[in-house]
Amino acid sequence: MRIRSNLLTVAMTLFLAYAIFPLFWLVISSTKTTSDLFSTFGLWFGHDFALLHNIRQTLTYGHGEYLRWLGNTLFYAVVSAVGAACLATFAGYGFAKYTFRGRGPLLGVVLGTIMVPVTALAIPTYLLFSKVSLVNTPWSVILPSLVSPFGFFLMWVYTRDAVSDSIMDAARIDGAGELTIFFRVSARSLAPGFVTVLLFTLVATWNNYFLPLIMLNNPRYYPITVGLSSWAAQAVGASGANSGLLALVVTGSLLSVIPLVVVFILLQRYWQSGLSAGAVKE
Amino acid sequence: MSRSVSQLRDSRLASGSPASPRPPSPGRSRRNHGRYGYIFGAPFLLCFLLLFVLPLGYAAYLSLFRNQLVGGTVFAGLSNYVHAVTDGQLIAGAGRVALFFAMQVPLMLLLALLAALAIDSGVLRAARVFRLGIFIPYAIPGVVATLMWGYLYGPDFGPVAQLASKLHVAAPDFLGSTLMLPSIANIVTWEFTGYNMIVLYAALRAVPRELYEAAAVDGASAWRVAWHIKIPALRPALLLCLIFSVIGSFQLFTEPNLLQPISPTVISASYTPNLYAYSLAFISQEPDYAAAVSFLLGLVTLVVSYTVLLTARRRARR
Repeated sequence: MRIRSNLLTVAMTLFLAYAIFPLFWLVISSTKTTSDLFSTFGLWFGHDFALLHNIRQTLTYGHGEYLRWLGNTLFYAVVSAVGAACLATFAGYGFAKYTFRGRGPLLGVVLGTIMVPVTALAIPTYLLFSKVSLVNTPWSVILPSLVSPFGFFLMWVYTRDAVSDSIMDAARIDGAGELTIFFRVSARSLAPGFVTVLLFTLVATWNNYFLPLIMLNNPRYYPITVGLSSWAAQAVGASGANSGLLALVVTGSLLSVIPLVVVFILLQRYWQSGLSAGAVKE
Repeated sequence: MSRSVSQLRDSRLASGSPASPRPPSPGRSRRNHGRYGYIFGAPFLLCFLLLFVLPLGYAAYLSLFRNQLVGGTVFAGLSNYVHAVTDGQLIAGAGRVALFFAMQVPLMLLLALLAALAIDSGVLRAARVFRLGIFIPYAIPGVVATLMWGYLYGPDFGPVAQLASKLHVAAPDFLGSTLMLPSIANIVTWEFTGYNMIVLYAALRAVPRELYEAAAVDGASAWRVAWHIKIPALRPALLLCLIFSVIGSFQLFTEPNLLQPISPTVISASYTPNLYAYSLAFISQEPDYAAAVSFLLGLVTLVVSYTVLLTARRRARR
């Protein structure tokens, strides 16, 4: 027993090392000057410890565009996630707890679109938005993120289990209206599902690249993903003046990753519950 | 005002007071409140209509036209689609994505399965640390993941290239034409193995513990338990992972798009179908054709996903 456990632990440690080592590289590299990046070994510290210098440079380069991008990302992600989670929760609840004409077909249509890839939708949405002059505005990134058929599916499944009909009926007998029942009685049971959908949409919007890339061409509105990739593209072609940008791409990548990793570690139980709802109740 | 009236009516119906002669069953009272299904569903359905159905409909409409130098935009029927299915660049891109799928997805799902079984086995030390650590890459945006791996692969300051030059041997050209697809597959594997592992692990936690106890009484080894109880129980979850991987593979964009500036000669504008649709819409300015390609891409993904789903279901029923 003991031997097997050791063997398994060694194998899994290798796997863990694979998962972690690019991040280790990122941390090490963000402490280096651009010249140290080229001249010293990638997986250990360089001659100078330039982390604070790099952070200052990252935050102030181009009149502080990095901070603006980070702010944009935060804004897009929070508005999209709260909006999408609310819409999905209301609708999932409505479809799970009420019988109405057309429920079956509507459910079929929405669930059928879970498998429509978001990028296949992005160019059509761009074409429509450019027709109504919505492109190159924050709305062009937020609005498409509000509709999450998968979030709807999760909340529909979740509501069926989490909210009991008899408690709803008891509240009705006490004279409560349906909206009162939702906010006073059901909402509490729905909270974990709501948080799960919130997290999924938050991460999806935070990490989104394709949609903002095609919707936005004004750097003022860039989220951090598009901003970093524009820096990276400049750094590749860099000779002389722009070569310092490389250290900023690395440091900027590290800074942008920290908030999400913290959120992940703090809220890990919601990931598991949401994923199991999606996986088990297929 | 109207809300309080309706509340009054609803509550009277529900409590079976004089307005409704017999006490309603729960099912009946739910049916009476049915319109609240519309009220709760309306915001989502409205957004779904405007931001999901309408763009697809508009793109379908656009894809039936063609912009010509002489005569402007003219109705072209299905000619954009005929063009697409015979377009050598699109077919090459689709073939590359299919190869990518065949190479990357089985490897990733196998790794995720083994890791999930290991974490669930109970004989692994510090299982929590592994579970969290292996899941962490999922939190990293695809953009950052690709930039990191791009630098790690690179000849300038990638550790492999540095080691190779120390040892005076040629470093593998990760970003050359032969290794580019495996290099991208590695990035995607790095990003998503942890996610799939958590999906599978969550499904394993849902297996009734009595089954294990029964197996232990029968003296089954850990391997036999994994093979005969755990893996069959994972079928639905594995199917979910497989379908998400189909969708993900067809959408491949971020990784090749970001590696393009580093390796412009290897990654053409039509390296993947999605990259091709992007360059059609924004570089060669053919929105009608781009709409047709996007539409086709979505359709193919949908058909493949449902085929996988239905085949697996049918086989499970047999």
